[in-house]
Amino acid sequence: MANTAGGEWALAPVKKAGRGTGSRFVEGTLAGIARTIQDAVFYEELAQRPGLLQNLDPRVRLVGLLALILAVSLAQHIPTLIVFYLVALALALLSRIPAGFFVKRVWLFMPFFTGVVALPVIFNFVTPGRPVVRLLDLGSPWSFAFLSLPREIALTEQGLKTALTLILRVGDSVSLAVLLVTTSRWAHLLKALRVFRVPQVFVLILAMTYRYVFVLLQITSAMLLARKSRTMGHLRGADHRRGLGASGGTLLAKSYHLSDEIYSAMLSRGFAGEARVMDDFRVSGRDWLWLLAVACLSGFIIVLERL
Amino acid sequence: MHIPDGYLSPATSAVMYGVAAPFWYLAGKRVHRSLTGKMVPLLSVLSAFAFTIQMLNVPLPGGTSGHAVGATLMAIILGPWAAVLGITVALVIQAFFFGDGGIWAIGANAFNIAIVGSFLGYGVYRLAAGNALATSRRRVVAAALSGYVALNVSALFTAVELGLQPLLFRAADGSPLYGPYGLAQAIPAIMTGHLFVAGLAEAAITGLVIAYLQKANEPLLRLSDPRGIAARSYRWLWLGLAAVVLLTPLGLIAAGTPWGEWKPAEIQASLGFLPEGMGALQTAWNAPLSGYGLAGLGLTAGYLISGVLGVAAIVLSTLLFGRWLARGETKNHG
Repeated sequence: MANTAGGEWALAPVKKAGRGTGSRFVEGTLAGIARTIQDAVFYEELAQRPGLLQNLDPRVRLVGLLALILAVSLAQHIPTLIVFYLVALALALLSRIPAGFFVKRVWLFMPFFTGVVALPVIFNFVTPGRPVVRLLDLGSPWSFAFLSLPREIALTEQGLKTALTLILRVGDSVSLAVLLVTTSRWAHLLKALRVFRVPQVFVLILAMTYRYVFVLLQITSAMLLARKSRTMGHLRGADHRRGLGASGGTLLAKSYHLSDEIYSAMLSRGFAGEARVMDDFRVSGRDWLWLLAVACLSGFIIVLERL
Repeated sequence: MHIPDGYLSPATSAVMYGVAAPFWYLAGKRVHRSLTGKMVPLLSVLSAFAFTIQMLNVPLPGGTSGHAVGATLMAIILGPWAAVLGITVALVIQAFFFGDGGIWAIGANAFNIAIVGSFLGYGVYRLAAGNALATSRRRVVAAALSGYVALNVSALFTAVELGLQPLLFRAADGSPLYGPYGLAQAIPAIMTGHLFVAGLAEAAITGLVIAYLQKANEPLLRLSDPRGIAARSYRWLWLGLAAVVLLTPLGLIAAGTPWGEWKPAEIQASLGFLPEGMGALQTAWNAPLSGYGLAGLGLTAGYLISGVLGVAAIVLSTLLFGRWLARGETKNHG
C-alpha cells in the first residue's frame, strides 16, 4: 500500500527482525497496530475520492449496502452469490476503489480462514453424496476409536457445493462491508447511524471511541517500542507475559485518567449530558435511484430464486 | 471468535439482536444512572481500551500466541454493565469502521463476547475472590480463572450458534446454507482452540493486569469493590452461576436430540414436497446424524465427548488453581 499517508513510522521496527521469543510477539503487535492505523488512513482517503458510492447521501449508502448484505444472506444459489460478487466488484470500480486492493482485502485474509473452515466439508466422510473426484482407495473401511472412514475417500458434489456456498457468501458479505468502510468518511458514517434510531449518546460514544482508539494505539505502540528498545537478549515467555500485563495495566490506568480529563474538558466547554450535531444531509434524486436499484436487484433476485 | 457475516442465517442474527437488546437497554440505564455525564468519556476511552487490548499478541507456552478479549477484565474493574457496553462499542467500531466481524452478526457477537463474557466473568470472579483483600494473591488467581471460564463459555455459545445452522437452515436439496458444521463438529473444533489457546491468553491478560494494578494502581481495583457498591447482589450470583452450570448441558441436550429427530420431517412439511436431492440424502438424514458427525461419531457421542472434555478441563483447572490459591493464601496470612 504505497498510497498511504502516515503510519509508516510504526512499521519501521517491524522490518528489522529481532531475536528471542519476546521481540517476535512485540513485533507482531506493533505490526498489527501499524496496519490498523494505516488501514484507517487509507480508507479515509478512499472515502474522499469522487466515486459512485462516495457521492451518495451517507444514510442512503449505509441503508443500501446493509440491504445488499442482507440480500446476500438470503440468497440460496451459487450463481446468485456470484452475481452479488460481480455487483460488489462493479460498485468498487465505479467508486474508484483500486480493484487489486479490493479483491485482496477480501480474499486474502478473511476467506482464507473460511476456506480452511470449509475444506473438510468437501469430503465424502463429512458430506455424503455423489462422488465427483475419487482420491484414495483404503481397501477397506477404516475406523479408530470414534473416528471412522469409508472405504473410498472422495470429493462429493454436495460437499463442494456447500463449501462454495459458504465461501462465496462470506466473501460477498465482507466485500460489501469493505465497500461501506472504504466509501464512508467515519464522521459521516456516524451521523448516518442515526437513521436506525441509534440513541444520540451512543453515536457520541462511538465517535469518541473511534478517536481514542488511535490515541491508545499510539500510546501502546510507543510503550511496546520503548520496552523493546530496552530489552537485551532473550526474554522468557513468562517474563514477557508479565511485561504485557504491566503494559495492559498501565494502559487501563492511563485510559481511566484520560477519561477524567476528557470529562473535565467537556464540562468546561458546556457539555450538559446531551450531544448535538448538525444534521445537514440531503437526499437527492441520485440517492433515490440508488435505493431503487438496490431494492430492485435484491428483490428481483430473491424472488426469482424462490420461484 | 468474532462471527463474520455469512455464517449465521438472517433469522439467527435477528434472534441474537433480540436477545442482546434488553441487555444493552438495561446496561445503558444502569450505567447512565451511576455515572451520568461522565458515562460518555469513560465508556468511550474504555471501549477504545478494549479495542487496543485485543491487538496485543500474548505469547503462550509452546510457542503459540493468542489475543485476549478483555471482557472479564473490564467487568472486574468497572462492573459487568459498563463492560457490556464497552465491549459492544468496540465490536461496533471493528465492524463498521475496520470491516472486521459481521455487521448483521453484531447481535450474536455482542451476546457471546460482551454479555456472556462480562456477566459470567464477573460472577466467577466474585465467587472465586470471595472477601479476599484487594491486594491478595487470591484475586489474581480468581481473575485469571474467571477470564478463562468466561472466554470458554463465550466460545461455547458461539459454537452452538454456528452448530445449529446446518440443523435449521438447509437449501431445498439438503445442503447447508450457512455454517456447514453440526454441533458435534462445531463444538469440539471451536472449543479446542479456546480451551488451549485463546482461553489461556485471556486468563493471562486478566490475571496479570490485576496483579500489576495491585502493585501500581490499587484505587482502580476499588472502583467496583464487591464490599463497596454491590454487596447485596452477592447471594443471587451463586444461584445464577449454579443455574448457568446446570442449564448449559441441559440446553445442549434439549437443542440437539429433538432436532436430530424431527428435522427431515419438518423440512418436508415446510416445503410441501420432497426435493429430488433429498432422496439421495435420505440416509444421511435418518442415520444417527452421520451427515454431520465424522461418520460414526454420532451427535450424542459428540456432545458427550466435548462436554466431558470441557467439564474435565474446567474441573481440573479449578483444582489446580485451588491448590495454588491455597498456597498463596497461607503465604499472605502467614
